[in-house]
Amino acid sequence: MDAKTGFFYLFSVVLLYAAFRVISARNPVHAVLHLMLAFSQASGLWLLLRAEFLAIALVLVYLGAVMVLFLFVVMMLDIDVEGLREGFWKHFPLAAAVGALIALEMAVVLMGGFRGIEEPKAMAAVVDAAGNAVAFSNAKALGQLMYTRYLYPVEIAAVILLVAMIAAIALTLRTRKENKAINPAFQVRVRAADRLQVVKMAVTQKAPESALVVTAAEEKKT
Amino acid sequence: MTPTLGHFLTVGGMLFAMAVIGIFLNRKNLIVLLMAIELMLLAVNMNFVAFSYYLGDMHGQVFVFFILTVAAAESAIGLAILVLLFRNKSNINADALDTLQG
Repeated sequence: MDAKTGFFYLFSVVLLYAAFRVISARNPVHAVLHLMLAFSQASGLWLLLRAEFLAIALVLVYLGAVMVLFLFVVMMLDIDVEGLREGFWKHFPLAAAVGALIALEMAVVLMGGFRGIEEPKAMAAVVDAAGNAVAFSNAKALGQLMYTRYLYPVEIAAVILLVAMIAAIALTLRTRKENKAINPAFQVRVRAADRLQVVKMAVTQKAPESALVVTAAEEKKT
Repeated sequence: MTPTLGHFLTVGGMLFAMAVIGIFLNRKNLIVLLMAIELMLLAVNMNFVAFSYYLGDMHGQVFVFFILTVAAAESAIGLAILVLLFRNKSNINADALDTLQG
């Protein structure tokens, strides 16, 4: 049993234990923390599978951003845990039966169905343009695929992220009553007539003669 | 027993089953439901990466990248809806969502 095998079983056991704690923890904060543990173990398993970029991305994006978002939301909400766990164990036998059935069937099919593939076909080295063998870089290979063949999907993914960001902000934005912000739609629709009104008035008092002379002289200068 | 493709796929399958059990048990707790969905996506990603390694095909990892993107967007919007729900109903019980009478 080499180190890779040991690490595989270590990561798998901790991953499944953390997943079990996620679904059974009484305190939602504990559930989120165990979900973080589960994701970190999955990242370790991906490192064993030579998916270095995705393993690091999982730690950075999931543990660093999404799980912290979960933690913030869980801590913001004042949750009545007892009411939510009402009837928790009532459905446990059915749930355990369904879960065991799924796991068993998948194990039988997957362990038996892919028996021929024992050795990975992942490339250890690739040949560069000059014909020299260079070390295989997972991040480089992934980047080359993403920015050539998958360029349009990458841009669509960017648009999806933008839409998600705008949607999340728009959903949770709360305007206060004393807010003095102007409605942007109203602001864009404004015309000159709304801002400036030219009023025609009759002359009520004649200007003094000397002032008229001074203004006439100024007009001549310009 | 050195890990083969079947081992990694089995770990993914067991993780998926665990998430299904979680959805069964926590039918009322929306936060745990979201977390169980995250676990399901993780299980699927595990299968993609395992296949990518053992079949020597990088496209599986590109697909995992997109799944991560969509999962991040999904969890962001899901949590926003959750916050909105808590603001309006003061709890996150999924049974309380019967306004549409569906």
